[in-house]
Amino acid sequence: MIRILIPHHLRTLANTGKEVEVEVAGAVTLRSVLDALETRYPVLRGTIRERTSQERRPLIRFFVCGQDWSHTSLDAPLPEAVATGQEPLMIVGAMAGGAFR
Amino acid sequence: MSGVRVLVGTRKGAFLLTSDAARAQWQVSGPHFAGWEIYHIKGSPVDPNRIYASQSTGWFGQLIQRSDDGGQTWTPVGNEFSYDGVPGTHQWYDGTQHPWEFKRVWLLEPSLTDPDTVYAGVEDAALFRTRDGGQTWQELPALREAKGSLWQPGAGGMCLHTILLDPSNPNRIFTAISAAGAFRTDDGGATWRPATHGLKSNWELPDPGAEVGHCVHSIAMHPARPEVLYMQKHWDVMRSDDAGDNWREISGNLPSDFGFPIAVHAHEPETIYVVPIKSDSEHYPPEGKLRVYRSRTGGDEWEALTNGLPQENCYVNVLRSAMAVDTLDSCGVYFGTTGGQVYVSPDAGDTWTTIVHDLPPVLSVEVQTLP
Repeated sequence: MIRILIPHHLRTLANTGKEVEVEVAGAVTLRSVLDALETRYPVLRGTIRERTSQERRPLIRFFVCGQDWSHTSLDAPLPEAVATGQEPLMIVGAMAGGAFR
Repeated sequence: MSGVRVLVGTRKGAFLLTSDAARAQWQVSGPHFAGWEIYHIKGSPVDPNRIYASQSTGWFGQLIQRSDDGGQTWTPVGNEFSYDGVPGTHQWYDGTQHPWEFKRVWLLEPSLTDPDTVYAGVEDAALFRTRDGGQTWQELPALREAKGSLWQPGAGGMCLHTILLDPSNPNRIFTAISAAGAFRTDDGGATWRPATHGLKSNWELPDPGAEVGHCVHSIAMHPARPEVLYMQKHWDVMRSDDAGDNWREISGNLPSDFGFPIAVHAHEPETIYVVPIKSDSEHYPPEGKLRVYRSRTGGDEWEALTNGLPQENCYVNVLRSAMAVDTLDSCGVYFGTTGGQVYVSPDAGDTWTTIVHDLPPVLSVEVQTLP
C-alpha cells in the first residue's frame, strides 16, 4: 500500500482526507503512483500533471523521505520506505505567494 | 414569484446572490470552490438550474464544474482542453512565434437552445464546445486560421473572453480576443473572419486600422437586434449596425473611452452602459468617482449615473465580464469591482446599492432572471 499526502485543494476536490492510499502493481515510481491515484480519483487528472504532456504542473512539488523529487524522472524507482508504506509521498503546492492571488 | 440569481466569480471562489423581484433583500451563498479563481460562472438560458463554472488556480490548473440544481451542489466535469491537431504558433511579446499553450477557461457561454451545449473561450485564445454537458470538449479550430499567427497576448494574456450567439441565426457566432480583435462565423464555426473594419488603434498598432491586433475588451448585443453590436475597446467605445462588418466610434462625451465591460438594457436596445476607467496605465475611475455611464441613444450621448455610487476616493476597476443585466420589467443592472463590491441598480441605473461589499476581487458577474 502506497501512502500519499495531498494538498488541501485536492482533498476538497477529491473529497478525501489528508492522506490517501493506493495499490501499485509492478515498479513503484512517481508515474505509477500518480497513475494509480488518478485511477482512484479521476477528478485529479490534470491537477497534478498536465493533461496532454503528463508533465508535473509547474507549481506542484513531490517530496519523498525528506528529499525534493520534483525534478527526478517520473520513472525512477521510489525509495523502499515509500513502496512499503513506511513513508508517504507528499504532493505539495509550491510556495508562490508573491503573485496577485 | 419571480426573482434573480446573481452569479459572481471572484479570485477566491464563487458567490450566488439571490433576491425576489424587488432586488432589495439578498441572500448570499458562498464561497463555492473556496480559494480557487472563478473566472466565469453562467447558467443555461433554457434550464436555469443548469449552471457551469470555470474553476482554476495556477497550482492545480483548470476544472469545469456543473450544477443541475441551481448552484446548491456541484460536480466536476471534463477538464481536458486539447487544441485540435498541431496547435501551431502565434506572436510572442518579443516578435517571435510561440506555441499555443492552454492556460485557462475565461468564459463559458451556454447554448441558447440546449443545456448540454456550451462554448468555452480559453487562453491561449481558442474556442471550444461541449455537447455532453461538459464531459468532453472539442475545439472549433478554424477560428485560429483567421490570421492566428499574427495574434499576440495583451497584458492580461491572449484570452478569448467574449462569445455572442446570434438568437436569430444559429450559425452565426461572434468572438473577441485580447489582443487579436473581433471575429465572426456565419457557418457554425467552419470558417471565421475578422470583424474589425473601422476599428482604430492609434497607440497600440503600427497600422492603426490593421485587420487583427485590436485589443477588444468586450462586445454586447441585444437579442432582438443581433445585427447591432456595441464594443468597449482598449480605447474607444464602438458600434456596428451590420453585424461587425463596419464599426464607428460612439464615445461621445464620455470622460474616458477606456474601460472593460459594456452592457445593453434588457428592453431598450438603444440603451447601453459602460464604466469609464481613466487609462490603460491607471486602472481606476477618473477623478476617483465610480460612475456608470448610460446612453439612451445607442451611443454618442452619455449621462453619468452616480446615485449610490462612491464619488470620492474610489480606485477600483470593473473587469470585462463583471457587468450584466436582468430581464425583469424594470431592468436591473449589476456590476462587480476589483474591490469586492457587487452593485445593483433595480431601476436601469438610476439608483445603486451594494449587495455585498467585501468579496475577493470580482472577475465576473452574470444574472439569471428566475420564473
